[in-house]
Amino acid sequence: MTSTLGVVMLIHTAFDRAEQVIRQWAAAGCPVVVHVDAPVPAERFDAFRARVADLPDVRFSPRFRCEWGTWGIVAASQCAADLMLGEFPDVRHVYLASGSCLPLRPVADLVAYLDARPNTDFIESATTADVPWTVGGLSEERFTMRFPFSWRRRRRLFDWYVRVQRRLGLRRTIPDGIVPHMGSQWWCLTRRTLSAILTAPERPVWDGYFRKVWIPDESYFQSLARLFSERIESRSLTLAKFDFQGKPHIFYDDHLQLLRRSDCFVARKIWPHADLLYDTFLGTQGSAMASGEPNPGKIDRIFAKAVDRRTRGRPGLYMQSRFPNPNWENGLTTARYSVFEGFSHLFEDFETWLARATGTRVHGHLFAPEGVEFEGRQPTFSGALPADAALRDRNAWMFLTSLIWNTRGERQCFQYGPMDNQDVSWPIAKDPNADVSVISGAWAVPLFRSNLDFAELRVQAARLQRIEAEHIKALRSSYAKARVRIWTMADFVEAPMEALQGIVDEIGQSSRRRLAEVPRMVDLGGFGQFLQNLKNQGMHPYLMGDFPVAGGSGGTQPPKRKPYLVK
Amino acid sequence: MSVWQQYRLRLERKRWRVRAWRKRRELTAVEDRTARIAPGDILVFSTFRNEDVRLPWFLDYYRRLGVGHFLMVDNASDDGGREFLAGQPDVSLWTTDASYKRSRFGVDWLNWLLRRHGHGHWCLTVDPDELLIYPFCDTRPLRALTDWLDASSIKSFSAMLLDMYPKGRLDGQPYRRGSDPLEIAQWFDSGNYAIERNHRFGNLWIQGGPRARVFFPETPALAPALNKIPLVKWDRRYTYVSSTHMLLPRGLNLVYDEWGGEKASGLLLHTKFLDTFGGKAAEELSRGQHYGASREYRAYAGLGADSPDLWCKWSEKYINWRQLEILGLMSKGNWA
Repeated sequence: MTSTLGVVMLIHTAFDRAEQVIRQWAAAGCPVVVHVDAPVPAERFDAFRARVADLPDVRFSPRFRCEWGTWGIVAASQCAADLMLGEFPDVRHVYLASGSCLPLRPVADLVAYLDARPNTDFIESATTADVPWTVGGLSEERFTMRFPFSWRRRRRLFDWYVRVQRRLGLRRTIPDGIVPHMGSQWWCLTRRTLSAILTAPERPVWDGYFRKVWIPDESYFQSLARLFSERIESRSLTLAKFDFQGKPHIFYDDHLQLLRRSDCFVARKIWPHADLLYDTFLGTQGSAMASGEPNPGKIDRIFAKAVDRRTRGRPGLYMQSRFPNPNWENGLTTARYSVFEGFSHLFEDFETWLARATGTRVHGHLFAPEGVEFEGRQPTFSGALPADAALRDRNAWMFLTSLIWNTRGERQCFQYGPMDNQDVSWPIAKDPNADVSVISGAWAVPLFRSNLDFAELRVQAARLQRIEAEHIKALRSSYAKARVRIWTMADFVEAPMEALQGIVDEIGQSSRRRLAEVPRMVDLGGFGQFLQNLKNQGMHPYLMGDFPVAGGSGGTQPPKRKPYLVK
Repeated sequence: MSVWQQYRLRLERKRWRVRAWRKRRELTAVEDRTARIAPGDILVFSTFRNEDVRLPWFLDYYRRLGVGHFLMVDNASDDGGREFLAGQPDVSLWTTDASYKRSRFGVDWLNWLLRRHGHGHWCLTVDPDELLIYPFCDTRPLRALTDWLDASSIKSFSAMLLDMYPKGRLDGQPYRRGSDPLEIAQWFDSGNYAIERNHRFGNLWIQGGPRARVFFPETPALAPALNKIPLVKWDRRYTYVSSTHMLLPRGLNLVYDEWGGEKASGLLLHTKFLDTFGGKAAEELSRGQHYGASREYRAYAGLGADSPDLWCKWSEKYINWRQLEILGLMSKGNWA
């Protein structure tokens, strides 16, 4: 007496593995009908047939050419299923498997599982409208167009004919009563359903229709089972995962524990050289594993992550196999960072104060012309980024993206200004991860405090003002995505505490509390007059806002701000 | 890309192929065991000069990964390396004393051998100091990778050069023949690489790492290129253009994703910086046979008689491929 489970097996390569699996099925009493792909040479086929000749319940069905996405696979399954139903009257469920399928649990487990559900058809089957399985961009059109050309071998002709049909609006009519469904090609159907499909009087019409459907092996039985089945469980008993191009993921030796814990009955596709998997799962026929419902959740997650890695990648990473075109980066940088412009001119020891107040990594002017001012003025920084100006300026934006990538998990802050390399001005403005705080015109403070002669100062001031105006234009443009705050210097010195509090809150690293300590502002006595002198020389410094001249030279100084905040 | 440009690239490809064909006469077979190459074997192609000390580990490493046959070109070695290789059953060996520089740093010779023997095979073109790392290389043989690439219709696989170096002076720890060079050169730079696109050939141009950092801080444009495409399902129409940095036809150079995703990639761990480097540098300086007028060796010599220390506080110590993957130097892509 043979088992109530019969297996139809489609094979085209790795015959020694297929033989091992056939023996596994046969040892549990399951009859096996084998279909070998037609292109396999006759000698190979005969040799293989001879090797399993000792198994009484193994049959070979007529051979078809099974090219991916074509009708041959359906024809082969039909024929083999027919043979199975005819030759083995005890069979109640027919399981469609491939040569690279591997039973993970004892076959007896599967038989018992099916015996408990004698009228259930296990076939993944969903309407096209409800699922996003549109690999190759064809979902509903699979059923309304004709596909006479091979996708594998005649790709251009295939694409051309799809375009022609789209343009001309050619549509096929779907035979009466059929609602197109799609799903995994690996099913397990009951004798009732299967024989109803195979012996239906409308079958010539259906076959004629599905023969020209795209990838009929994923829709023929899936659609027709809906007409006859008493009870459909819309899932496959075979664990098979597909990548973003519709190719099956492959299992290797290092998946052993995952497969073990999945409690699935059958998995595909197994790499033919995965010795450990074959030895482990074919070695024992005992009831080693806990029986239960298949639970492929963890495997699903791993493969979903792999597809995500391939299609979306890690935001902000630029490397040998991820180099996105502009606007396709899916995140210009990895993490948020803060850019401070003018603060270090206006406050003494601003970097130290900011690091203490926010607990972040605070650098000096990363893009200073003399070299990179890393925190603590280190000669190298995270990722072995060197501080040399020439190396940085070779590709300044990549220098910054590398820095942000290398320091993932730790927020970076740095100073920036019109005296620095401006190559990163636009990229920063366009980066949603950038928090940019600008005190416009503060670059004048170091000039004001320097000992340069006035003619030189005037030239410098004009240059810096032009550069900063350009930069602010970028920050304010419609392309800017950075969070930008701009104060004129005059506004800022009016109320510096509020502004600083806002910045520290937004970085949000330390707990939200009032600032206990504020940085010391440099002495601005005479700054108003300095600006007035520039004006008098015909160079109008406007980015600072309206700074009071404070009554001519030698006049009263603006009142000194208290360095500590009143709580 | 215009038809005219396509045509010019086609001409260029033909030119390199003709050149390789001419240069074939420079090669003399020492041991030709290519008849033993089985269909589907993975092949390694390599050219070397006085690398005897590295050869045993090189062969062992790639044999363990499952390489079927080695096709090696000896450029006038006099350290016994040629004799050692001639005695290996899975090595076919050619020798030449022609100019390395005029064979475009060995590319012409290897292009010829690739064309003769590589057609239809997965071919790995590496120097004896380059060790291939790819996703899951600790649990899956190279055949698993090439099978997956075949199934995914991918013809070329990127593996950037990652310069490995010891901590301290290069001559601090002597390298013993047959031992793992990564036990000494176990440090690397994890995140200081600059990438540009080469629009003519479609490949990426990557520079950086310790050599840019220490040897070329003032002139980064001269720093060596690190992008490499060493693993290719070879077809006799293909040709390497400049070292293994790029190929023609140019579609083979598209080993990176342009739409935000990541393609699978590996790394070539470059173990050049051992105690042997000083001797090599001195020799190459007098021969002048290396790329860019041996610029790299001159930069090295320019650092003074002291053996330099490439190590810095932020150097990363090598653990395994997963670490390199997390650091973003290579990627699993959708291979899981």
